[in-house]
Amino acid sequence: MEFNGRVILEGDLKGQAIVSKQGFNILASCQKSVMANKKEVICADQNNAELYNKNITGKVLCLPKTIGSTTGGMVLQTVAEMGSAPAAMLFSEEIDSLAVSGVLLADIWNGHRIITVDKLGEDFLESVKDGMEIEIQKDGTIILEESK
Amino acid sequence: MEPGFYADSEYREINGGVILADYRMELTEEEKKILDGSGGETLRKALESVVRYGEVFGAQRLADVKQPVHLVTSFGIPILKPVFSLMQELIEAGLKTDYPFTVDPRPVDYKNVKCSPIEKIVFSKVMYGKQAEYEKQLKAVGLKSEKAFTCACYLDEVGNVPSEGSVIAWAESSAVVYANSVLGARTNRNSGVLELLSGITGKTPVFGFLTDEGRKAHWLIDIKTSKIPEAQILGSAIGMKVIEEVPYIKGLDKFLGKELNADAKDYFKDMGAASASNGAVGLFHVENLTPEAAKEGDSLLRDDYKTYVIDDAELERIKAGYPVMWKNKDAKAERCFIGCPHLSYNQIKKWTANIEAGLKASGLSQVGVKTIMTSAPEVVEKLEADTVLHKRLLATGVKISSICPLMYMNNPLCSKKPIITNSNKLRTYTTCRYMTDDEIIETITMKE
Repeated sequence: MEFNGRVILEGDLKGQAIVSKQGFNILASCQKSVMANKKEVICADQNNAELYNKNITGKVLCLPKTIGSTTGGMVLQTVAEMGSAPAAMLFSEEIDSLAVSGVLLADIWNGHRIITVDKLGEDFLESVKDGMEIEIQKDGTIILEESK
Repeated sequence: MEPGFYADSEYREINGGVILADYRMELTEEEKKILDGSGGETLRKALESVVRYGEVFGAQRLADVKQPVHLVTSFGIPILKPVFSLMQELIEAGLKTDYPFTVDPRPVDYKNVKCSPIEKIVFSKVMYGKQAEYEKQLKAVGLKSEKAFTCACYLDEVGNVPSEGSVIAWAESSAVVYANSVLGARTNRNSGVLELLSGITGKTPVFGFLTDEGRKAHWLIDIKTSKIPEAQILGSAIGMKVIEEVPYIKGLDKFLGKELNADAKDYFKDMGAASASNGAVGLFHVENLTPEAAKEGDSLLRDDYKTYVIDDAELERIKAGYPVMWKNKDAKAERCFIGCPHLSYNQIKKWTANIEAGLKASGLSQVGVKTIMTSAPEVVEKLEADTVLHKRLLATGVKISSICPLMYMNNPLCSKKPIITNSNKLRTYTTCRYMTDDEIIETITMKE
């Protein structure tokens, strides 16, 4: 199955999906791992039953958008610097102000890229499942394994 | 499909580095010069960050920011290396904000929020080991004063109060939603660091809540409760439903009256903070009360608005869904935090009277749970000057502090403790157990 979105930060990648059908709270999800200086982010957001206790590091995080504290961008910039960020973030909706700040700050100030594509649509989020292999192409084309 | 921002063709060499060649936004000559590097590489990166951020949302231009920014990052956590290095880069380039800014509360207060020796070592040497160094950095880039540490910078005593209609660039989700909704100022939900870069460049992109269209409501929230809803649960319900969209709330004036007085402002402060943390609400309108709703009424609703009815059962459902994160769910509360966001002076007066009444009813002289009220340093100063109220509060056994309870709770030591709060934001981000205001009074004034 193939989807097309808007490229915010381009890149090629094949990775494993991790899915949050609800808004992804960056601070609530990452703070515990960041404060403990962990090499991986284990989601600690008690309000997100789908992601709670799951490892998001290096994964292709599929989400509608991010929510919560406005430290979000800075937290995302930090996990990128720590090497524990998702490898890519795929948004079904238009990216939000916190997430875009985080990926831009990491890219412009620290040279760490989180491949970012938004506006992939509701069908994308309905179709993608945890653990699926996802191929991201530079032009914003997203291919889910079942379609190969 | 829309083109990528960072396609290879868009890069070009400049000043020995690689930058993006083309901006879609209409920029002034001065802004173009800065983006060409005439003000130095650091200022160029600062403005590039602001411009790129705006372009993602289709901003056509930048607006001047002529009021102080409010920063969310108040804590010197050593692991936040990218923030310290960025700040250092700004300082070395001689950059600071034109308008002295305010910032969120400090994470520790050893005088009023007692810690064990181990906790103190963890806080001062590990968790917030860079606090002093970071505060020096804040001063160097434009911090207003030593007292400027509060999440409720918009309180009159603190004085970072933007006028209605003014363009600002704040972070701190609870302050953003208050500024937009209660003060009628215009700010997007800027991320930490981005808000500082807006203060440094004096620019913020025009999109979202800075535009009339972006301030229109997607949701009609119809309040049909039998009594005034608990502000913290109502905000939570709204946040979880609308996420980042704008709600127009109808039916609250039945309980709050039609004047935006101190009580109504306090209610909206707490409701807004809950909606911003349980969802991502950056602006709400309340019929007959908030400035834009009072003037424009339900013409603020978009044509395709959705409706969410909130009754007693819905609020019960929302509250029942909050998990208790304590290891021993039946543990006795060890500590209680009241004031996330920081309390207004009006709220301190009310809490003091309510705790006194609770103590009187139970026959106790002091609270049985270590209780800390938190407020802005300048509000605490005002309280201390009001010797009667200050003595009454201290006589109940309650301490007053300007700490950030959220940052205090964010460590493995505190997160294991059974701590209660009336703040839905604190509940969301920590292991604190939420209780309504009445439940808090009952719990902290209860006999063993």
